[in-house]
Amino acid sequence: MVTMIRDRDTLLLFGGVLGLLVIATIIGQSMRIWRRSDVVDNLNARIKAWWVMSTVFALSLLTGGLGSVILFALLSFFALREFITLTPTRPADHSALFWVFFIITPLQYYLVATQWYGFFSVLIPVYGFLFIPSRIAISGDPNAFLERSAKIQWGLMVCVYCVSHVPALLMLQIPGYEGKNARLLFFLVVVVQLSDVLQYVWGKLLGRHKISPVISPSKTWEGFIGGIVSATLIGTALWRATPFTVWQTMGMAFVITIMGFLGGLTMSAIKRDSGVKDWGSSIQGHGGVLDRIDSICFAGPIFFHLTRYFFT
Amino acid sequence: MRRLVAKGVIALARILAGGNVRRVGFTPDERQRIYFANHSSHLDFILIWAALPSRLRALTRPVAAKDYWDKGLRRYLGVRVFNAVLVERNPAANATHNVIDVLLDGLGEKHSLILFPEGTRGDGATIAPFKSGLYRLAKLRPDVELIPSYINNVNRILPKGECVPVPMLASVSFGEPMHVGNGEEKGAFLDRARKAILELRQW
Repeated sequence: MVTMIRDRDTLLLFGGVLGLLVIATIIGQSMRIWRRSDVVDNLNARIKAWWVMSTVFALSLLTGGLGSVILFALLSFFALREFITLTPTRPADHSALFWVFFIITPLQYYLVATQWYGFFSVLIPVYGFLFIPSRIAISGDPNAFLERSAKIQWGLMVCVYCVSHVPALLMLQIPGYEGKNARLLFFLVVVVQLSDVLQYVWGKLLGRHKISPVISPSKTWEGFIGGIVSATLIGTALWRATPFTVWQTMGMAFVITIMGFLGGLTMSAIKRDSGVKDWGSSIQGHGGVLDRIDSICFAGPIFFHLTRYFFT
Repeated sequence: MRRLVAKGVIALARILAGGNVRRVGFTPDERQRIYFANHSSHLDFILIWAALPSRLRALTRPVAAKDYWDKGLRRYLGVRVFNAVLVERNPAANATHNVIDVLLDGLGEKHSLILFPEGTRGDGATIAPFKSGLYRLAKLRPDVELIPSYINNVNRILPKGECVPVPMLASVSFGEPMHVGNGEEKGAFLDRARKAILELRQW
């Protein structure tokens, strides 16, 4: 199990995030005094929410393992709630949905907590995949059957299976890195979220050429390149906290930022298809939970498996 | 204890349904009101109740069917926790029981009511024609404001015929207060009231 992390390196990591938040807050408030606009108000709302999210995340890490497992279980639950709300299900799906929310999701995180890798990696892609259509078939409503089964399975994969790979980093046995896995979790989350923020900032500052105007009007090539490069560099600077060398850290940070971008783009495509701008409204300035973790959904499993394959 | 149970029920409702409330031309205060809403789930009145500020919850009583809410745990929740006004669903079976009198009693001098004028739960897609109780009550108490309320998506949390809920973001929208117009006929008023709820769907 992971022990509490209280050493100097960890304090430096937390201190770095604290410093970023303080700088962001000073910039945000100065902009508000200098020239107030909707964009600035939204920016300040986002910064305020970042304080709350960072505090919750830091506290969960300080508990060692269990706090992070519980935090990501709750994130999965609320993200899945947003996903299913926008998915056209029918009354016959009710029982399958009950299983998805109250049996499969908790079981997945129980497997993370007990570090049962074999079952963890197949519960949703194998058992869930076969269970959901079977349960819907038993309910006996064939209308849009494949569509309903596929959408529920997809929501479970993205919101629960993918997200659960973040706390699952705690179960990796990396030689010479015992008891320090919480830092790996920190590294992933900080790089992926910084990449989101920096893509937004670069896009607002320099953004001209849209990457995909129909799917996500706010994503530009300038924001993409600036965000990926700067987040990769900051991630590389954190190499001491990881079990990787400098160059390996840079490679990992690069993959994380690219996957994060693809996650954001993919989830935007689903939102556009459903005709909504945000998944929800539970986080001030950010939208819903799924708006905030869409990039983690894609970066988490890839970072987990790259680390598992090459370093354990 | 009852307050604690009420808090627990509201927390549970938030975990299941989120806390989305929209107010379209309506400010909640201590004035006496009748909130009338579309009905598709047993959770409907809990959602409306949870959407009100906490000081108003103690003053706001849901109107519920006696045959369903008058036994066991439901009775404890309905009568003791939510202070529901229980009415007979088929008053013809019992001539001495006058629904309107029970509702007037429930309003009293300071209470508000949550009423489902469709009379029974629908499928969530359509809103059935209203029963006349709302009109008769409004005629007898013209001082009470009528608040159209639209509850969205609750039928997916706990549909008719299911006994366990699933999480799903729902929302409650409150519209502008309305009254029965001078000399307005029953049919015209009930139609207008129903349309007021349908209009809230656009928000």
